[in-house]
Parts: sequence; structure tokens; C-alpha cells
Amino acid sequence: MSVGIIMLVHTALDRAEQVARHWASHGCPVVIHADKLVPQDEYQKFAASLSNLQNVRVFRKFSCEWGTWGLVAASQAASEIALSEFPDIGHVYLTSGACLPLRPVEELVDYLAGHADVDFIESASICDVPWTIGGLDTERFSLFFPFSWKQQRYLFDRSVDVQRLLRIKRKVPGNLTPHLGSQWWCLTRNTMTKVLADPNRTKYDRYFSKVWIPDESYFQTLSRLHSRHIESRSLTLAKFDFQGKPHVFYDDHLPLLHRSDCFVARKIWPYADKLYQEFLNRPTSQLRRAEPIPQKIDRIFDKAVERRTRGRPGLLMQSRFPKKGWENNITNSEYSVFEGFDQVIEDFPAWLASVTKARVHGHLFACDRVEFDDGQTVFDGCLSNQPGLRDYAPKDFLLNLVWNTQGEHQCFQFGPQDKQKISQTLVQDANARISVITGAWAIALSKSTEPAEIIRKRAASFQRIEKAHIELLRSSKTKAKVKIWSLAEFLEAPVEHLQPIVKTISKLPHSPLTEAPKLTDLSGFGTFLQQLKNMGMPPYLIGDFPIAEDTKDGVRTYRKSRVMR
Amino acid sequence: MGFVTSYKLRLRRKRWLLRAYRKGRELTSVVDRTKQIQPSDVLLFSSVRNESVRLPYFLKYYRNQGIRHFLIVDNDSNDGTSEYLAEQNDVSVWHTSASYKRSRFGVDWITWLQTKYGQGHWTLVVDADEFFVYPFCDTRPIRALTDWLDASSIKSFGTMLIDMYPKGQVADTPYEVGQDPLECAPWFDTGNYTISKNSIFGNLWIQGGVRARTFFGDNPAFAPALNKIPLVKWDRRYAYVSSTHMLLPRGLNLVYDEWGGEKASGCLLHTKFLGTFLPKADEELERKQHYAASREYQIYASKLKSYPDLWCSQSEKYINWRQLEVLGLMSKGNWA
Repeated sequence: MSVGIIMLVHTALDRAEQVARHWASHGCPVVIHADKLVPQDEYQKFAASLSNLQNVRVFRKFSCEWGTWGLVAASQAASEIALSEFPDIGHVYLTSGACLPLRPVEELVDYLAGHADVDFIESASICDVPWTIGGLDTERFSLFFPFSWKQQRYLFDRSVDVQRLLRIKRKVPGNLTPHLGSQWWCLTRNTMTKVLADPNRTKYDRYFSKVWIPDESYFQTLSRLHSRHIESRSLTLAKFDFQGKPHVFYDDHLPLLHRSDCFVARKIWPYADKLYQEFLNRPTSQLRRAEPIPQKIDRIFDKAVERRTRGRPGLLMQSRFPKKGWENNITNSEYSVFEGFDQVIEDFPAWLASVTKARVHGHLFACDRVEFDDGQTVFDGCLSNQPGLRDYAPKDFLLNLVWNTQGEHQCFQFGPQDKQKISQTLVQDANARISVITGAWAIALSKSTEPAEIIRKRAASFQRIEKAHIELLRSSKTKAKVKIWSLAEFLEAPVEHLQPIVKTISKLPHSPLTEAPKLTDLSGFGTFLQQLKNMGMPPYLIGDFPIAEDTKDGVRTYRKSRVMR
Repeated sequence: MGFVTSYKLRLRRKRWLLRAYRKGRELTSVVDRTKQIQPSDVLLFSSVRNESVRLPYFLKYYRNQGIRHFLIVDNDSNDGTSEYLAEQNDVSVWHTSASYKRSRFGVDWITWLQTKYGQGHWTLVVDADEFFVYPFCDTRPIRALTDWLDASSIKSFGTMLIDMYPKGQVADTPYEVGQDPLECAPWFDTGNYTISKNSIFGNLWIQGGVRARTFFGDNPAFAPALNKIPLVKWDRRYAYVSSTHMLLPRGLNLVYDEWGGEKASGCLLHTKFLGTFLPKADEELERKQHYAASREYQIYASKLKSYPDLWCSQSEKYINWRQLEVLGLMSKGNWA
């Protein structure tokens, strides 16, 4: 028994010749159909080059445009020739001119001899396949497709529209259940003979000739009718990308193809010299009985599709610039924004860094400077500390900061004294964890020695900015994870409030707060607040701060609550 | 985009094409080997001036990538560039002594040559100091890329210009004929780029990198554009608008995905900052033939002399395209 190879060719005829010669010289009869569109002289040269081989037949009859009936007609005609002229054939294997056998032919023959009555054809019921492209899954069987998708796209689309409007529903003839699958099948002589000799064949052919992409459904459907044993998988390794276009193999895929143990791969780039050289000259000393494992290759192609359709979150580049709302997260990974904490707690960045091991920056968006961790002038990714560059595109600055430090949690300080433009981005970013102590800016003001009137103005301005910011944070469109305390609220139990924050950021496995933060000295703060009020500027964002008790005692009350419970 | 804007752009494109036709008459053929061009060849177009030092490696690099024919405009070199090019049997050379500035920095000349010889070909437009890097460029020739683009019905391929620089003073970085410039200037900035969209032409506008970091800190808006679309399946209706930053019709500028995914893209490694640069910058400043009153060159001339080093502690050393891919400076898209 041997395997009959059917080969449909339309370009790269020199490669097709090479592969046909390979099959034929290893005892497999080959029937080649050349596309009608191949120029006459090229075809003749091609046919002549193979004429010295006894077990090769070449003919040219149908035009084989993608998605049309010609491909099926050619496969039928070629199979008829193969079955009648080569009685020794046990299986018929459909290939294209861009297919390359990866394993010695003898191994394929041996494998098929071991599966003498098995039809290898991927064939899935149309209700259950997710892979069709373009939304035409059941409709490819229920509408007419008289126009070419490639050449007459406009007419193709309009004819679909019109038929949808007219609610045209073609009836599937006889007792056929439409099935779909890869067009690269390998069928037994028995099944193939029955398919070709089916009494209803004219009826079926007429129906399928107006189905879209019939080469993915004709044999897949009819073999269900005639086969005794279907293995629904293809022996040919053929991967498709997200547009339904076959992936191409190049020289650098060599090790991958070796490991796949598949019998045939498609499609091979015609100039992949190394692949042709390697696989058409494999020693056949020992036969291996390994099952094909296409999954190894699937992974890299699945990843390619993922990259093309989803992309890397938080990356803007020359070939990825999502419309608003399509970013799949604005930044790459989670980061934390602290507002007011550095006012309330002394050396807050240093303390936070020591308990979480995260990267803690100062005010990255300060008006006249960029306070990178450790006072660096150039941060990861050559991000500069020049405020001009940052302010030119603050959103890009943030995206870059997070992208450049993947695997590391970034924290930075923010407040009403900083440039506010970034606020919008922070709020819309699901990766942002924003913790706010409102009114904390007043602490620095209370220690200022500037004239009261200036301080009052500044306080009013900070309060206005912070109020707008808080409203933004509390709006329904906010995607950031936000936690807001008023200053008074926070001071009631600072450690308790800090504990969960530290826990989410910290990379250390178990981290109770061993080192309590040192609160800033608040003596005189109550009086300061009262003064502001007296000047007609009520600092309402601070919350219910006990102004009357503004004594050393008052401060002490707060200190007490620092004790851990 | 309304009908009126759309029609205005059409007129604009026609005007550029007409202009290219007019400026094409400034070119005189030195050596014309265009008869050798085969239908499937990928062609490289460039306009050069006094690049005899760089050209040997430049030609070697692109021949190695699989460029079959070079079509080069020599803008009045006096260092033997023209003679050197004329000796190469895969190069066609045109000479002109007309104004570089008034040919829109060479674009008109190149557009004219592309229109005349590039029809139906994949055409790569690069300067002598730009080295094209695309996914798998170390294992697959450029023809593999263009075949894949053809199969995917893609007509233009986007890149970003990455400025490469040496460690140490630029003036102290000698470059010798035939040497790989990346040996002298292997460093680059990895993650300080800004990007926005041009609403009229639909192209992206990328800025940043070492030039923004060192020269344009006070004035980032003036930092040079780094977005480039150098590889296009040419049609005589196409026209570059400004350098290779953008084209008309606008559809060719859509080299990026807008729905979160990544299209395949590459980089142009820009090896301007070699020892040969400073004398050249002085000369260019004198000729005043560059963009925006040669503002860029004024800044280079003043700052490069006082600026000790473009290199910083965060600079990354170039290894290969895969490194650029991981850094997010280019993408394989769905090419695997």
C-alpha cells in the first residue's frame, strides 16, 4: 500500500516540482493540478520537468481562486485520476504546492498502514466552531456566493446584504449536516471512492459550488456520510492568523518544525532554502512511530495572534496607539499615588520604601522639578527629570515610568501643590491606587513663616484644587482604586489606615508594621486652623480637627492612637 | 473627516506630485542601471551629500538584507561620493547641484524617482546614517517581510527612528570607512518617548529619545519627529508629505492599531552622532539647507561642543531586534 499525493499548485512551481519529485521518488504517486491562471509557458516547463517520473500526473483544468469551487473541483478530478491510475493507493492525501513533508515519507506510509481504515479530516459541526473569520459561519451555507471575495469584494458584500434583507435561506440538500475544517485532509480509498461515486453527487456539487469557501466544507461534510472512522484532525500542520490567513514558515522555524513531529507543514516560504534542504534530505535509517504534536507550534502562533489583537498594556508605540477606551489598561501595571501622607508623616517616602521594598518617589509632578527616588536626574529608560519634558506630555511620562519599571511597584507623592494635568489620567487608570488625606497640605502651611495673607490665599487655592480633584476621584467614571480620609479621620488611627496599604504594595511575604511611622509635630496646628477660619477661609477638607484642644495634650491624644493593636 | 478636507488633501497630494515632476528635472543621470531591476526587487532610495565614508558599510548592510537595487541622488558631493557610487553595479546615481532645501529636503527628488522607477515595487527610503531593523531581520531577508505584507494586504510599514550615540564625547568617536557605525555608537534611550496623533494626516507623531533629553529639555515641542514610514509598496499616486514622516493618501499613515493590538513595525537606527558629525554640523549650518532654518543644527553646534556626553547611566547598549521588541520600541505584530 502507498499514499497518493494530490497537489494543488499555483505559484512557486520550482518548489512544487522539488516536493513532487521527493514524494514520487519515495514511492508515492503524485497527481498535480495547476491553477488555470498559471501562464501557459510556465506550466509547460513545469509539466515537462516532471515528465520523466512514471508515477506523476500533471494536469490543468480549473481556476483555483481562494474561497471558490474550483479548488474542490480540482481535488475531485485529481482524486479520480489517482484512484483509477494507481490501484496501489490506500489513502489520498491533499496538499498544496507550499506544503513540505517534515518526516521521511516511509514514516507517513507506515503510519497510514497502521491506520488503514481511518480518515484524517478535521470536521466539526458548524454550530460548534469558533474559528470562522468575518462572521459568515452558518451563512456560508445558507446564502449564495456568486461573487469573488478577493476580486469583487464590493459585489460580494452587497450580495450578502441583499440576501440578508430578502431572508434567503438555501436548503442543505439530502441528509447532509454541514461540517467545517482544514482543507488539508487525508482520506481512505474507500471513503474517497464513495464520495466520488455518490448517486447524489451532482446535487451536492451544485449546492456546494455556491457555498462560500467550499474547500473547507465539501469533503468535511461528505466524509461524515461515507466514512467508517473519522479522526477529526489534520495530518498537515497549518496555522491561521486572526484574519484567517495561513502563517508562513521560514528558515528560523527549523528547530520548531523538527520538534512538532507533524508529517506535512504548510505554508513554507518559497525562499526558505534551509527548510527545503533539510527536510527533503532527511535520512530514513530508522523509522520513528511518533504521533504528531502540533501543540508545540500552536503556542507561538497563538501568542502572535494575542499580540496582534490585544497588544501589551501600557505601551504606546509606532504600531500601537489605541483609541480612548481600547487601551486594555492605560498603564502596564499597578502603582500607588499618595496624597498628603508626606505632610503627615515625617520622611514618608523613606519609611514606605523601607517597609514595602517598593520604589518610592517624591513629588513626580512638582511644579518646578521631578523628584525621582534618590534624587536621580535620569531614571529608568532614560526618563529625564527636566520638568519641561515631563509637562510636555505628562501622560506619556507616567506611562513610560510604569512601562520602564515592569516588575517593580512604583509609588509617588501627589498633592494640590503639584501640576494637576495628570489627574485625569490617574483617575481613569484601573492600575492606579490612590490614597488621599484631604487637607494635609495645611500642615506645611502652618509651619510657613510667610505673611498671613499669602498663606490664606495659598490655602484657599490648595483647597479649591483638592476639592476639584476629590470630586473627580469620586465620580462614577473613576477606574482607579481610591481611598480618601480627611486629615482628622486619618490622625485618629494612622497605623490602622496604613496597614492595608502597605500590605497590598509590599513584596515581602508577611509584613506586619514593625516600624511605626513618625508623625509630624502638630503643635500649633489647631490655632493655625482657627486663624484661617477667622480670616474667612474655613478649611473644610481637614475634617473635624479639635481646634479648642490645641495644646500639647491635643497632640498627645493623636500620638496615643499610634500604638498598634 | 469631511469631504472638503478630504478634497483639499487630494489637491495637496497632486501638488506635491506636480512639484516632484518639476524638481525631477534638476536631476541628471550619472549612471543608470535601472534596466537591471526585476519586478519583485525591493528598491532603496536615498539622497546623499558627502557620504563617501559611510556609504561602503551602508551598501553592505542593505545588500545583506536583500535590497536588489539602490537609486541614489547625489546632492553635489565633493568627496568622491558620486564616483564611488557609480562603480557599484547595483546602484543608479543621479546628480544635482540644486537646493536641498527647495526640493523639500530631498523629498521631491526621491518622489520623482519613486514615481518613475518604483511603481509596484516595495521601496525603502532611508538616509545614509539610518539602518532599518525589522522583526526577524537577522534570519529573514527583507523579501520575507514584503511577501508577508503583500499577503496581509498591507501597503506601508511603520518604524521609529532611534538615535544611537557613543559613550564619551561625540567628537572623540572616530569612524572608519567600512566600519559598522553601531560599533562606535551602540547606545540608545529606551523609554522616554512621547507620542500623539496628527488629526489631519492620521499619522503618529513621536518625539523624545536622546535628542529631546539633551538638546530640547527647555523646548520639547521643537524636538525632531521620530516617526517614519520608510517602506511602502509604491504607487505613482503616492507622495511623501514631509521627509518620510507621513504620506498621502492618508490611509498609508495608518501603520498602527487603534483597538489595543500591535501591528508589526520596525526601527531605524540613526547613527548620526559619530566623530564625523561635528565638522558636518558646522558645514550644514553654513549651508542653511535644513529644516526650520536649520534650528536643529544650530542647537547641535552650540550644545554638542559644551555637552560632554550624550550617554547617561540609564543608556542601553544595542544587541539585536529582539531587545528592541521586548523594550516596546518595535513589534512582531502577528508575524511569527
